[in-house]
Order: sequence, then structure tokens, then C-alpha cells
Amino acid sequence: MTIKSILAAAIVAAGAATGVYADAHQTKVGFVYVGPIGDGGWTYEHDKGRLAVEAEFGDSVETVYVESVPEGPDAERVMTQMALQGADLIFTTSFGYMDPTINVAAKFPDVKFEHATGFKRADNVSTYSARFYEGRAVQGHIAGQMTKSNIVGYIGSFPIPEVIRGINSAYLHAKEVNPDIEFKIVWAYTWFDPAKEAEAATVLIEQGADVILQHTDSTAPQAAAQSAGDVVTFGQASDMAEFGPFPRVSSIIDDWAPYYIARTKAVMDGTWTSTDTWDGIGAGMVGIGEISDAVPAEIKASAEALRDSLSDGSYHAFTGPVNKQDGSAWLADGETADDGTLAGMNFYVEGITGDIPQ
Amino acid sequence: MHETCNDWQIYGLDAGMDDPRGDRVMDLSSINPILLLASLMVAATPILLAAIGELVVERAGVLNLGVEGMMITGAVCGFVVAVGTGSPWLGFGGAAVGGAILALLFGVLTQYLLSNQVATGLALTLFGLGLSALIGQGYIGIKAPSFPDWHIPLLGDIPVIGPIIFQHDPMVYVGLMIVGATWWFLNKTQSGLVLRAVGENHDAAHALGYKVIRIRLMAIMFGGACAGLGGAYLSLVRVPQWTEGMTAGAGWIALAIVVFAGWKPWRLLLGAYLFGGVTVLQLNLQAAGLAIPVEYLSMSPYLATIVVLVIMSAGRAPGSLGRIFHASR
Amino acid sequence: MITLEKRAGPSRAWALATPVLAVVLTMIVGGVLFAALGKNPLETIRTIFFDPLFSEFAFYYRPQLLIKGAPLVLIAIGLSFGFRAGVWNIGAEGQYIIGAICGAGVGLALYPMELRLIFPLMVIAGALGGWAWAMIPGVLRVKFGTNEILVSLMLVYVAEQLLASMALGAMRNPEGMGFPGSRNLAQYPSATSWINESVGMHWGVVTAFIAVIFAYVILARHMFGFQVRLTGQSPRAAGFAGVNPSRMILICLGISGALAGMAGLFEVAGPAGQISIDFNVGYGFTAIIVAFLGRLHPVGILLAGGLMALTYIGGEIAQSNLGLPGAAIQLLQGMLLFFLLAVDVLTNYRIRFGQGAHA
Repeated sequence: MTIKSILAAAIVAAGAATGVYADAHQTKVGFVYVGPIGDGGWTYEHDKGRLAVEAEFGDSVETVYVESVPEGPDAERVMTQMALQGADLIFTTSFGYMDPTINVAAKFPDVKFEHATGFKRADNVSTYSARFYEGRAVQGHIAGQMTKSNIVGYIGSFPIPEVIRGINSAYLHAKEVNPDIEFKIVWAYTWFDPAKEAEAATVLIEQGADVILQHTDSTAPQAAAQSAGDVVTFGQASDMAEFGPFPRVSSIIDDWAPYYIARTKAVMDGTWTSTDTWDGIGAGMVGIGEISDAVPAEIKASAEALRDSLSDGSYHAFTGPVNKQDGSAWLADGETADDGTLAGMNFYVEGITGDIPQ
Repeated sequence: MHETCNDWQIYGLDAGMDDPRGDRVMDLSSINPILLLASLMVAATPILLAAIGELVVERAGVLNLGVEGMMITGAVCGFVVAVGTGSPWLGFGGAAVGGAILALLFGVLTQYLLSNQVATGLALTLFGLGLSALIGQGYIGIKAPSFPDWHIPLLGDIPVIGPIIFQHDPMVYVGLMIVGATWWFLNKTQSGLVLRAVGENHDAAHALGYKVIRIRLMAIMFGGACAGLGGAYLSLVRVPQWTEGMTAGAGWIALAIVVFAGWKPWRLLLGAYLFGGVTVLQLNLQAAGLAIPVEYLSMSPYLATIVVLVIMSAGRAPGSLGRIFHASR
Repeated sequence: MITLEKRAGPSRAWALATPVLAVVLTMIVGGVLFAALGKNPLETIRTIFFDPLFSEFAFYYRPQLLIKGAPLVLIAIGLSFGFRAGVWNIGAEGQYIIGAICGAGVGLALYPMELRLIFPLMVIAGALGGWAWAMIPGVLRVKFGTNEILVSLMLVYVAEQLLASMALGAMRNPEGMGFPGSRNLAQYPSATSWINESVGMHWGVVTAFIAVIFAYVILARHMFGFQVRLTGQSPRAAGFAGVNPSRMILICLGISGALAGMAGLFEVAGPAGQISIDFNVGYGFTAIIVAFLGRLHPVGILLAGGLMALTYIGGEIAQSNLGLPGAAIQLLQGMLLFFLLAVDVLTNYRIRFGQGAHA
């Protein structure tokens, strides 16, 4: 008998035994974080989701978490540990946890796994992500009108489809309101590194940008913008309201709470199935932070209108006519992008200078 | 569905109809040389502070590889004190004290317990990284009190030179002052001569009656204090925030700069500016659209350090550097 | 007045006792630390040091010890030769990365062929890659006298950037939907280093054990081992004994580079699975602690590697079960090395109370 089969048998037996006591059984939900919960950004928001689950279900759930887990074999070990200790549902909150999640899920078929921003699924593995590009559309819309130098600085993290989507969406909507707009993109190659982000922001500001957009998670660019003076920024992943009303004029907020509560409930009710969720502003997963008073009233109103049209589905952030960077046609007039192209997006739209790093 | 990268080309700005710029590879004109040189001085300051401290330590004959650990400890101590008291200056003071205390640990182990300096220095780095992460647990995401730039009247208004040199925050000038003071101390005072003697030949110095261990201990603590200041500069001015591991190898760079400087203070200044300059330049080139892949640009400061180390290997290290001193009677 | 008096020769008894003493001291001070953090010290110490071996789920953790410890032991064995001879290779992390890149490169280039030869080729490529990366500081030291500590260290950062470049570009999985990271080598039968995943056995573990045996034999019986030990204790005597210092430097760096490179390959083709931006987790640096903890002796390194792996695995359990901050474990490991270095003085020196000269 292999360890696997012993484990599986043990889990099934345990599951059968606890099934009788379903009502008294505490659902154990585990969270694997890629960064510290104090990062004020990505992991911080996931942890808020966890706290919301605790608040919603009180004594019928128990949550555990491990932070700053490196991607790779350590992640696999942490997940296995959680499963061995009786977790019923495990959220793995980073793309790099994809293969470890699938591996561990195969060994624990009765434990449910939710993998953020991935694309591999199994019977007991779901994936979920947020349509951040909808938030970027609103940011680009505001940025295009608030900039005086017509240069927008963009701090990219890694040249992956999610980040490229954000850049493209922001650019399209900035260009729509300001045809002279130029985007300068710097790649930080990190999700969270305040020192690098501060440097990147400073360099972009020195090169003339007076709006900074970021796909990295710390508040360092806001601080750099604040000391530079007349530079607009947006909060990333969390509201970063302490930098409002200026330089932070709005933000994209990841709100995982509704999804986490729904999925925990599904496990408790026994209705959980493997799904792929990609929600945006409408479902509440992407929040647009309060647009501050530093933004003139008309711009604020049109931004809010854009947000509402994205929310109710009447407008899609990628609507034609749009060409790719090399000039070839991508979306015809009125055509909207399909999820497949968006999921694997690896091209810039027409008008953005520079290459996507390879 | 997927395009290969061969199909992409770099295009010029597709701006409004009146824009004269057509196809071009990158826009170097967007790099402002004045701002570049100014940020060079700022980028160099943390490694300058750490390096000058280590220079004194090595001149006394001790190789302390724990600079990274001392810097990060200084960063967190400075941050905690500054946030607690609301004063960045007190924060810097706290950073110096924190770095010195950690260095004292190294000093006791190597001077009194005669442990291997390389291993102890490494242990110091690991210990410092862990200790700082632990102390900083509750301080992630918090803003530090602000530390505004000084705009020196008159001098700061000189065109070109003014913004480059005379409009920085006070710690930049403190760093320069420490370099000058170190040069003066080592070359123009009796105590400095004694320290250099200890570094060159500790047995002879001991025979002459100099208190080798005490002198080295003081040098080690000075090195720790300076490294602490360098780390605090990152957490209080540069970023300014606290994160685990935020020094990201700056301590090692500082060690390299000491070797590059041939253990002479003014050459150390040059080395720090060179390294700080490469770091700042590569980011600027990225933002200006240079076609070199980002990773290779990011490697450049480290490769430059290696090249410089090879060229500058002509410097003479202090004679007793790294050797354990044990008075036999 | 407490003074230190040098012993005639290193005390054997103390040489064996000091690591144990260091561990005990670490547990005590660590316990105080945990109490200060609000955790029950005894429970925490038990979780870190004993649970991985003896608890309810130890059947899972014990193999993990092998997996976590193997790269540490392999790299540390390589480093121990250099450290004994006074050649300080601090850049093992970089050699580990480059070895992984080279080995994985061979595997990925030959995908999807199924040939028994592929894995051995990958191992050779990994060893060569690590060796070559270590030769850079070696040659620079021999030709120009450049400090190998700093050069090897700078090359770690260069290697990290190369890793990112490979993960995002040249080695990116064409079927990965544009995401960074290479194909998963652990799932490619001809390339994987796994032998039996559930008992934690992969070729790296086997190689680590073989390396321990070889190192023991070479250091104890072989001429080269004698020369290494001699060079470390007295470079001048070594010179008189006919040891060529340049050759010694190059060979020591070469060995540590090759072993670190192989460790990287075994890791990327097994536990880690793919070339990704965060592939390296600091084994190259932890191996330095392991080398010293093991007193640069092969058997000592084996035990020290096991101990380090224990603190890692136990630390993770403590994080997950007791909410202990991860930083506390890093602190514990640094403390362990500090205590070892501190009590090590007793091996070479005797403590004397009373009058005595001191500097």
C-alpha cells in the first residue's frame, strides 16, 4: 500500500465519520499567502476576505493561514500540512502555487482547493480571478484627463497577461479622452518591493510623468509621488486611502470577501463544484475606491458613469475598433474581446511604444 | 492566436497629428541629466554610509561580512524609533545604536571568543535579517515621518550645480561629512595612526602597548553605527517604508566598494557614486524605452562591480585583515 | 579575570560536544524568544524539533526532511573543501541557479523525447554549469587576485536576473498561456529526478549520501584531502609540501560549484519542478551554516543538514499550527550558528581564571 492510498483511505473514513455529525462539524478553511498580511496590498486584501469569512460564519468555521510561503515545494508542504490537519477548503492565493495545488489536490480528493489567477482545474480544484482590467479602464479614463504633461508612468510587475491587460485597458481609455497621451512603462519584476517601486516611480516622474499607475503592491510609489509634488497616483489592490485626497485620487480594491463567503458556504452546504470564476466590478470583486475631491467634478462624474456601465455589463472594457501594436486589426467596430484572448493576452494595443520584455 | 515575439517591432509614438516625432528606437531626450545626477547622490548614500563604516573596520584589521545584517537592523530600529517618537532624526540615532549593538555581538565573538571572522560575519547577516523581520512585524505598511529636503539658500539656486548638489535631504550631507571626517581621522590624527597600525600588524601593535582588542571593538561598533545609518536611510528617506529584507544586497555592495576604494575614503566616494549611478541609469534607460531586456540592465550594477573589482585589485589590503588576534602573553 | 589559553591541540571531546551544546543553548534562548512572542516555549520547541520526527503526521514529514536536507548537505559538502582550504565560496546560491538552468535547459531542449540518457545528460549539464559559474571567481582570484567572496556574491545577483530572464523568455512554457515559468520537469518521465516521491527519495538525496561518503574518504585517506587540510591550517607549510595554491583554489571552487550546480538540477527536476522566477530559496546560503555547523566534517555536515531541515520543516508546522512568525525561525537559525561559533572557542582554547595578560 502506498502512502497515497493510506492517506486517501484515512481521509475517506474520516469524511464518512464526520458526515454523520455534519451540523456540529466545524468547517476548516486554510489560506496560503505569498506575502505578509501587513503588505497593505494583495495579501492584505486576501486576509480581509478571510476575516470576513470568520465574521460571517462565526463558530462554524475555523480559519488558518500561513504567510510568505515561497512558491514551489514549500508551498506544496504547507498545503499538505493544512490538509493533514483537517482543512476542508484551501485558498491558494498566488499564480505560482498552481502546480503545487494540483499535486496536493490529487492526494486529497476530499479537500476543496481554490487557486487564484491560475488556469489548471480538477474535480476538487477551482480557479478564480478578478477582472482588474475593468478597474484599469476607470483609472485610464481619469489619468488621461488629469495629466498635464501627457505622460503616464506605469510600473509593471511581470510581463504576464494579467498585467498586459491592465496596461492595454488603461491606455485605451486614457487615449480615448486624450489623444496625445504617452505611456512610459518600467518593469519592476516583483509584486512587492517598496525600494524598487519607489525608485521606479521616481525615475518615471523625473522623465516627465505626472500620473503613476502601478501593478505592484506597496504604497511606495504614492510616497514618491507625494514628495515629488504634483503627481497623481491610484491605490493598488487596496484603497491606500491614507494617501488621499492627493496624490491618490482613486484606487482598485480587490474585494475577495463575497467570493470567499460564497465558496465557504458551498462547502458547508455540500454544493461545492469545480468552477472558474472571473468576476469584475459588477460582482463586487473589483472595487473602485472613492474618487477624491482633487478630481474635478465633471471628470469624477464621467468616471463614475464608466464604472457603472462596466458594472451592469452595458460596456465592455475592450470594445472595438482596436488594433494591435503592429497595426493589424484586432477588434472590429463594436466587437468585444473574448475571454480566451484576454486570458492569454501577450500583445500591446496600437499606440503603446516599446516591447513586452521576453 | 499567439503572436511570436519576432512579429513585434518598436514603434514611435503614435501621438497627435502635429507630433514631429516619427519612428524612433527610444527617447533618450526624456532623461534629464540634472535629475539623474541628483538622484545618483541620493542612491549612493546608503551604500556610502555602510561602506565608510566598513572601511574603518577593515583598516583596523577586521573583516566584518555582516554589513547586510547591520544595515537591515538599523533600518528597522530607525523606523521603529522614528514612528514611535515622530522624529526622523531620533530615528537615525536609534538606527546607529541598533547597528552598533549588533556589531558589538560580532565584536565579542571575534575579539574575545576568537571565532572565525567570515563565519561570524555571515551568522550576523542571517541573524540580523531574522531579527529585523521579527521586530518589524507590526510596522509593515506604516508611513514614516517625513524627512524633507534641505534647499540650501543661495548655493541651491545656482543653475545646474544647485539642484544636483545643494538640494538634498540632510543625511546626504551627513554621509559626505563622515567620509571627510574619516579621511581626516585616519590620515591626520594620532588615533588614526594607531588604528592603522593595529590593522597592519596586530602583534607589533600589541608589543608597542596598544590595546588592540579595545581599538578593534570601537572600530567595529563605529562600522555598525554607520551601516545602521545607511539602512535607516532606506527605510526613512528612500522608500520610505519598512519591509522585510529591504536592503536587498546593499550591504554586500558596500563591502565590494571598500575593496574597490583600495581602503581609501575619497575613492570610496567615487565607488559609491559609480554604483549608485549605474542603478539609477538602468532604470532611466528602461523608462526611456531602451531595447535591452530589463534583466540584463538589472544585472549591470553587479557586473560593473565585478569588473571594477578586477581592475582595482591593485589595492593593498591591511596586513592583518581577517586574521585572528590572540595575545599569547 | 578570565583569560583564554590556547590548547596544545584541538580538544576532541569539546569538538564533539560543542554542536550539541550550541543546539541546547539555542533551544533555551529560543524558548525565551517564543515566550516573549506570546507562545508557549515548550510547545513551540517540541513542535519545531520533535514533531517532524515523531508526531501524528511524521510519516509525511520524515520524507520531507530528506527532500529539504538533500540540497543543503550536497552544497555544504562541496563548500567544506573550500572552507577548509581558506577558499571562501559565498556564491553557492548562484552556482545552484546556473546549474539548474543548464540542466533544465538540456531537458527542455530534448522534450518530448523519452530516452534514459536524458536525465544523466541533465545532471552533467547541471554540474558543468555550476562548475563554470564557480570558475569565474576562481580564475579572477588566480589571475588577478580578486577577492572571491565578493565576486562569487555579485554573481549570485547576476544569476538571479538570468533566472528571471529564462523563466520569462527563453525557457517559458509555450503551453503556459503566456505565464512565466518553464514546463514542469517533474512531470516529464525522462527528466524527473524523483525516485519515489512518497518516501522523499530523489536522485539528489542519493547523491548527497554518496557525496558524504566520498568526501569522508577523500579527506581522511586521499592525498588531496590531506593537502586541503594542510592548506587551511598553514598555507606556508602547504607550499613547502608542494601544494600549488592556484590549483587548490580552482579545484576547491570547482568542486563546490559542480556540487551546487547538481543540487540545483536535482531540485528543479524534482521538488521544484520548473524554472520559475522564485526558484531559488536560499539553499546556497543556508548550506554555509550547515557546513560550519557540521564543523566542515562530512558526517557532521550530514547531521547538521538534517538539523537545519528539521528547523525548516518544524518551523513551518509551528507557523501553521501555532501562528509563529516566519521570521522567528530565521532568527533561530542565525542564533544556532552564533552559539556554535561562540562555544567553539572551547575546542581550541582553555578558560583560565585569575591573573593574565590581555590586550
